[in-house]
Amino acid sequence: MTTSTVDVKTPEQAPPPVPAPGRRRRFAVHFAHYKWLYLLLLPGVIYFAVFRYAPMYGVSIAFKDYVPFLGVNASPWVGFQHFEDFFSNPDFGRLLGNTLILAFLNLGIAFPLTIVMALLLNEVRLSILKRTVQTLVYIPHFLSWTIVASLSFLLFALDFGPLFLFINSVLGTNIDFLSDPAWFRPLIVLQEIWKNTGWGTIIFLAALATVDQDQYEAAIIDGAGRFRRVWHITLPGIRSTIIVMLILAIGQMLNTGFEQIYLMTNALNRSVADVFDTYVYFVGITQGAYSYSTAVGLFKSLVGIVLIFGTNALAKRFNQSGLF
Amino acid sequence: MKIHNTRGGRIFDAANYVFLVLIGVLTLLPFIYVFAGSFATEAEITRRAFFVWPEQFSLGSYEYIFSTAAFIRALVTTVLVTAVGTVVQLILTVTMAYPLAKRNLRGRQLILSLVVFAMVFSGGMIPTFLLIKDLGLLNSYWALILPAAINPFSLIIIKNFFQELPAELEESAKMDGATEIGILWRILLPLSKPVLATFALFYAVGIWNDFMSPLLYLSDNSKWTLQMYLRQVTASSDLLGTGNVDPNYIPPEQGIKFAVIVVATLPILIFYPFLQKHFAKGMLIGSVKG
Repeated sequence: MTTSTVDVKTPEQAPPPVPAPGRRRRFAVHFAHYKWLYLLLLPGVIYFAVFRYAPMYGVSIAFKDYVPFLGVNASPWVGFQHFEDFFSNPDFGRLLGNTLILAFLNLGIAFPLTIVMALLLNEVRLSILKRTVQTLVYIPHFLSWTIVASLSFLLFALDFGPLFLFINSVLGTNIDFLSDPAWFRPLIVLQEIWKNTGWGTIIFLAALATVDQDQYEAAIIDGAGRFRRVWHITLPGIRSTIIVMLILAIGQMLNTGFEQIYLMTNALNRSVADVFDTYVYFVGITQGAYSYSTAVGLFKSLVGIVLIFGTNALAKRFNQSGLF
Repeated sequence: MKIHNTRGGRIFDAANYVFLVLIGVLTLLPFIYVFAGSFATEAEITRRAFFVWPEQFSLGSYEYIFSTAAFIRALVTTVLVTAVGTVVQLILTVTMAYPLAKRNLRGRQLILSLVVFAMVFSGGMIPTFLLIKDLGLLNSYWALILPAAINPFSLIIIKNFFQELPAELEESAKMDGATEIGILWRILLPLSKPVLATFALFYAVGIWNDFMSPLLYLSDNSKWTLQMYLRQVTASSDLLGTGNVDPNYIPPEQGIKFAVIVVATLPILIFYPFLQKHFAKGMLIGSVKG
């Protein structure tokens, strides 16, 4: 990418375009010929250099003792000090546990529900009904987590929220769902299901549309019922899509969704609510421990990369086409 | 092909239809409640557990929020940031995608690899925050726009789209003496209008909904966006153990929370039909190839 920035400065020395055929083009001629294209490329290249690659370089402060007035370069190196501090910190076990429990709840509940929802939609032959339901269940995906959290605050509001009153009257209890740590995870999973299950069906519905219809006819002749057809034809037909989506989901496992968790965190549920993402924010931004929190963030992304390559290798091992 | 339906099959169909309609209605119910509540009186909200139609119609909540300077400021700020941000994202993405669509451009492969790498690995929250701080963008609206100005996924989708347009169009324009920028402006952009409109909508929704950037970069609460304002209004005071909130802050009445949620949701719902028309397509052509 440095080449293009240099090249845009040199077009004037080059001869006009249309190089002689058969002659080996020199760089200068090439750049002169395409000078407008390189000029168009420049803002984008600058963007990637500044806003994508400079922060990657900034990750080096995970191994330094970052001092704001010294900057990233001049701050002294400390090696793996911050990582050692983090792993020996009692917070580490708690964060890892909270993050993994939420991740497995989402993988174990929200992910299969998406497939079930897609299968049910796929069985609908009344296209108006199908389209209407799809239209409705896709909507929440486009709303911000702030709105989802606000709706939750209203629906579960102490003493007058509809769901607060309803669930408590059914259970005969008086639970404040928003602050009770035991209800934090169910609420998070519920929000995730409401917001993204419908949207998640799109990719599975697309895969379902490609399943060979002749196989169903053959199965019907063989006397296979509705459920056996789903089990023996539909599910195997979308197996590779399920595996790819599962790999992606596992790769994203530690990304618990900063906005959602942050918005639902409060003083009373911190013990179960703190995950890596929000911890980086609280320790880094609000307490100013920049180097330490960068180390935590780096640890999290490295584990994420290991997870995605690991699952991909496993998928290939079991003779499935992986993601790459 | 007509599949003969057994009795069991018909029962399943009926149950399935009822179940799916129920899911659809349940998805919508929170909105209906909030919408109805925003037009109800304070007394009705606290008295009735759940309703989809207010007994007594009242505009009080809206009158209140539109009379407060903080709300108006947040609303205007968000509209402006969304508009400018969308335009900036479109311009930067298109200008970068067009040269990258030229297969014979030298350095193209290197830049594409770097773009793909940036999809997989990022600096993370703190290094990005420190960069924004060093650039002097804290408490500037540009901090909400620039860090995410080019989405690598959209860049590659738009690049692929340009690449798939027939080459003859450009050839003939070149014969007529059009420059590269002329070709982009007069030929490619008009052809890409529907695609770019779709991306514009998605960008706009993304900026409108963004909560993390203002949380990280705008500490001055006179600059807050609608999402930040919504957060402050709806999180009741005893739950605010985590935000930066004024201790003298008095929680607003319930009706106001309802009204602010409606205002923050409405633009998304209005644009939703346009979004829906395109997103399935957009998601499926997102395959990454060089």
